[in-house]
Amino acid sequence: MPKATDGYNGVWTLSEKREGVLNPVSFELISWGEVLAKKKGVPLSTVLIGKNLAEDAKELIQRGVDTVYVIDNERLSYFNPDIYLKILSSLIEEEKPEIFIASATTMGRTIMPLLASKIETGLTADCTGLDIEKESGLLLQTRPAIGGNVMATIKTPNHRPQMATVRPKSKKIPKPDRGRKGEIIEKKYPEELFTSRIKRINFEKDETGEVPIQEADIVISGGKGLKDGKNFDMLYHLAKLLNGAVGASRAAVDMGWIPYAHQVGLSGKTVSPRLYVAVGISGAIQHIAGMSSSEVVVSINKDPDANIFQVSDFGIVGDLFEVVPIMIKKIEKEVKR
Amino acid sequence: MKIAVLVKQVPATDKVKINKETGTMIRENLESELNPLDMYAVEEAVRLKEKYENIETVAISMGPPFAKDVIKDAISMGIDKGYLLSDRKFGGADTWATAYTLSKAIKKLGNFDIIFTGERATDGETGQVGPSLAAQLNLPIITYVSKLLEVKERSIIAERLIEGGKELVEVQLPTVISVVKEINEPRIPNFAGKMRAKKAEIPILTGNDIDVDPSKIGLLGSPTRVVNVYYPKMTRKGKIIKPKDIEKGVDELIQFLKEKNII
Repeated sequence: MPKATDGYNGVWTLSEKREGVLNPVSFELISWGEVLAKKKGVPLSTVLIGKNLAEDAKELIQRGVDTVYVIDNERLSYFNPDIYLKILSSLIEEEKPEIFIASATTMGRTIMPLLASKIETGLTADCTGLDIEKESGLLLQTRPAIGGNVMATIKTPNHRPQMATVRPKSKKIPKPDRGRKGEIIEKKYPEELFTSRIKRINFEKDETGEVPIQEADIVISGGKGLKDGKNFDMLYHLAKLLNGAVGASRAAVDMGWIPYAHQVGLSGKTVSPRLYVAVGISGAIQHIAGMSSSEVVVSINKDPDANIFQVSDFGIVGDLFEVVPIMIKKIEKEVKR
Repeated sequence: MKIAVLVKQVPATDKVKINKETGTMIRENLESELNPLDMYAVEEAVRLKEKYENIETVAISMGPPFAKDVIKDAISMGIDKGYLLSDRKFGGADTWATAYTLSKAIKKLGNFDIIFTGERATDGETGQVGPSLAAQLNLPIITYVSKLLEVKERSIIAERLIEGGKELVEVQLPTVISVVKEINEPRIPNFAGKMRAKKAEIPILTGNDIDVDPSKIGLLGSPTRVVNVYYPKMTRKGKIIKPKDIEKGVDELIQFLKEKNII
């Protein structure tokens, strides 16, 4: 008797075009996928959905995929979960990939559970580790839960594809090889697939032009110790010097000092930048939950017993109002060099 | 109009244990609470009820019998009534099987126009049940909603908080809506609300009551399997300095950042 897992082959990623721009998380996914495809000895493909995709498809090949499935349509200028769901479920039924991964962005975390549910397969959210199990060839998906207090490894033994979203910023971006060749397969679907119960009315772009904290290489976060909303200006200054984004503790957001989009922690966003700087943040467990997977953590706090020092690679016990201006002054000199 | 709010009981964030056999969390004998991110969904439903006429609000949860408490919490905030899906056979469900079970209950309880959920639960932190449920019910979903601008007879206009900005969308009813913290400030239940919650009867629905397919519920119906669980060390052996001369302290920090190739 044939098994439900028979006939599925290849590793796929879901590329993400956001407001007309191919988002770098798409390249991070290639880094994730390459390792898996190599271990399984299968090709790496990606799905690219959107409008005007010819250049983006080439770029994806140069960054390391073998095949790009392109769905290019006027009505795909923004992420519409209704339409994406119809396209992806049809495509997967036709092509049968064995593994399908997406980034744990707001798009990935919306479309992947819709898709997994519709095609009746397993999905693991916000993974920080993916591997192939030697004996079985199954995808091992490792993810933190309960604020990083627990790590769980999960697999999907009897359903296909095996699906996961992965935490943004947890892999390096592959450099392009401009001579690299691959296959671009344009998929056409009947017009009724592009109808939807959801319609975008408007997109109000964040005028500040800041990188979202989940996607920044460097995050400078402020907490209650800043004492006043206007003192976030210092952190913005520092963040700008380092090409980073500004985050905040729940306390600072609740105080109305900075909008919710900047909140790091259990009731905000989870970030994993190369450098996380906690300024005047005591380090409640709920905050640590949102930043403990950062590569390097630096903290500044006047309380030597502050929790945040427990999870820091470098800490300065001192008055942030003295320390931060000196940091700005010295880093300004460094970056100018 | 009928509104459902899905709520979950979660362990109070700092004390958590895992069942080594199933790899799922042990929810018994743990201090627990209403998932903090569900409070925003509850509040939004109550606000709609206060703003418009003829709205019925129903809280639905799935969990062990004592998860009734979180439905009572929702009622104390102003939700009309609630149901608890509780059955030993639901145990060990992953997000797929949970969404399937919830979808069967929602079909049974009938004709909801809006189904609110929180962005995610603070224990599993997947945020998958809302979208998964929408797919099971073949309903649209609007995720990361930070504001409801208009509720019309047949549609809703909502603002979504996504990377790089705010998106305004219109969605046809019925729909699933998952909300983020920015949407409102949940109320603290008043005395009357608490009394109402205390008196409220919370019916328990089992698998038989909601006509589930036994092969699609609980651990058996879950496509994913937890194969290993471990507790990572969260602490780092960092260098903590208490400089007398701040200038020198910052120099040391900059040296450290250079060693790490950050600047």
